[in-house]
Amino acid sequence: MNAVVQASPKAARPAPKLEARNVDFHYGSFHALKRINLEIPANRVTAFIGPSGCGKSTLLRTFNRMFELYPEQRATGEILMGGENILATRRDVSLIRAKIGMVFQKPTPFPMSIHDNIAFGVRLFEDLSRARMDERIEWALTKAALWTEVKDKLNQSGYGLSGGQQQRLCIARAIAVKPEVLLMDEPCSALDPISTAKVEELIAELKADYTVVIVTHNMQQAARVSDYTAYMYLGELVEFGDTDQVFLKPAKQATEDYITGRFG
Amino acid sequence: MSANLIGQDNPAYRRRRRRNAVMMSLSAVALAFGLFWLFWILAVLLWEGASALRPSLFTQMTPPPGSDGGLANAIFGSVLMAGAGTLIGTPIGILAGTYLAEYGRRGWLAPATRFINDVLLSAPSIVIGLFVYSVYVAQAKHFSGWAGAVALAIIVIPVVVRTTDDMLKLVPNSLREAAAALGAPTWKMITMVSYRAARAGIVTGVLLAIARIMGETAPLLFTALNNQFWSSDMNRPLANLPVVIFQFAMSPYDDWHRLAWGGAALITLFVLAINIAARALFRK
Repeated sequence: MNAVVQASPKAARPAPKLEARNVDFHYGSFHALKRINLEIPANRVTAFIGPSGCGKSTLLRTFNRMFELYPEQRATGEILMGGENILATRRDVSLIRAKIGMVFQKPTPFPMSIHDNIAFGVRLFEDLSRARMDERIEWALTKAALWTEVKDKLNQSGYGLSGGQQQRLCIARAIAVKPEVLLMDEPCSALDPISTAKVEELIAELKADYTVVIVTHNMQQAARVSDYTAYMYLGELVEFGDTDQVFLKPAKQATEDYITGRFG
Repeated sequence: MSANLIGQDNPAYRRRRRRNAVMMSLSAVALAFGLFWLFWILAVLLWEGASALRPSLFTQMTPPPGSDGGLANAIFGSVLMAGAGTLIGTPIGILAGTYLAEYGRRGWLAPATRFINDVLLSAPSIVIGLFVYSVYVAQAKHFSGWAGAVALAIIVIPVVVRTTDDMLKLVPNSLREAAAALGAPTWKMITMVSYRAARAGIVTGVLLAIARIMGETAPLLFTALNNQFWSSDMNRPLANLPVVIFQFAMSPYDDWHRLAWGGAALITLFVLAINIAARALFRK
């Protein structure tokens, strides 16, 4: 059983954007998350680290109820955003997902043009004129550091781009709908170092407007991009705190073992 | 010593080479055997049908024995019924296939439907002809083009259901998740993302279903029957290529035999063309 995890009292932490309270998760009979209690600070980058299978992606996928696409998966407990329990709300789940965007491990461009890839999400909730839509697309692509590379081929298929460009297209697509939270599930694991650096720069910029939660296997990446870090192991939240504190002075021996590679 | 073992005269290596040569020869012979019959059929068909493949085949009606004629009414009737059958069967097939692949993840309905669809897929077409005869033709008390179209639609449906289901299942879930993550409702995810990703495969399935029904004889024998004259009235018996080929080939008249060969060659070439089109489309 996991006691309530105390964060270090170093700097004043911003108000939480998302709050997990006693979240349990099951894949069929497998108990994947055990009583997770966690506050994700607003306008900061929070990283989830831990070995494969520890539940960090699972936790991320409860924040936008993505798991509901699969009948054998279920979550209990509360996830609060603005006082509303996301897991129990009677509002359409589409409205929640519009506020909580997601970027996946592998690039997933839709089988349509670069322009339409971004317009797809915007059109779901907004009725923009052609000119306003073009503006929005340029804005999103610029934010994702892709505009100069694709501005002359917006009508070409998204499949024609390189892997790194496809991933930045997916980031542009996610921020084009102007969500409040951006969930990133190992967004750089399929990318080369140059694309990775671009995406990391982007994450640093995004936190001015968004709350970013990133799952990563790469501890250097967590140390570079995040303000807060959560270390998970076997479905439990072992430690959560300022990234500096977690990496330099971890409160738990298990965290230190993992971070220094003396794991297992 | 061990270095010497890995040379040309290594016994295990030579055994493997010999076995490879034997298996390769056997499969080459089997391939040649299959192709031999296929090309023989095509050669006979084109040789016998070539003399009938003239412009008059497309312009003149099926003749009485002993006079000149063509297959215009039969070609038209076939196109009419295959067209109507495809138009009826395709939307039903695509919608049912969509249910199986996209909505039927929970519960027993989708697996049960999938099993029954597979049974229907391999049902002998004569059974489908008899079924439509008993529920439609016998009730209406006359043969008709609509009855033929319905029988053909019943053949189209399971083919299209199966290919739609299979092709949608090939669409990666990550694409569906990406659409859902943007806040897209399920129907929008299916129409804008899943269908687009599976489009070539679904269209190929429809083309193959058309190819399949173009040559079906048994279902039309009991439903559309035949008609000596030009007709576009779907409520009356309608001429069609397979039944005309069947009747003319069984007759004792040489000019009817010639027309039957012409019709057979025509159907084969059409089916060949559709298959090539389907392959080209799928590759793209």
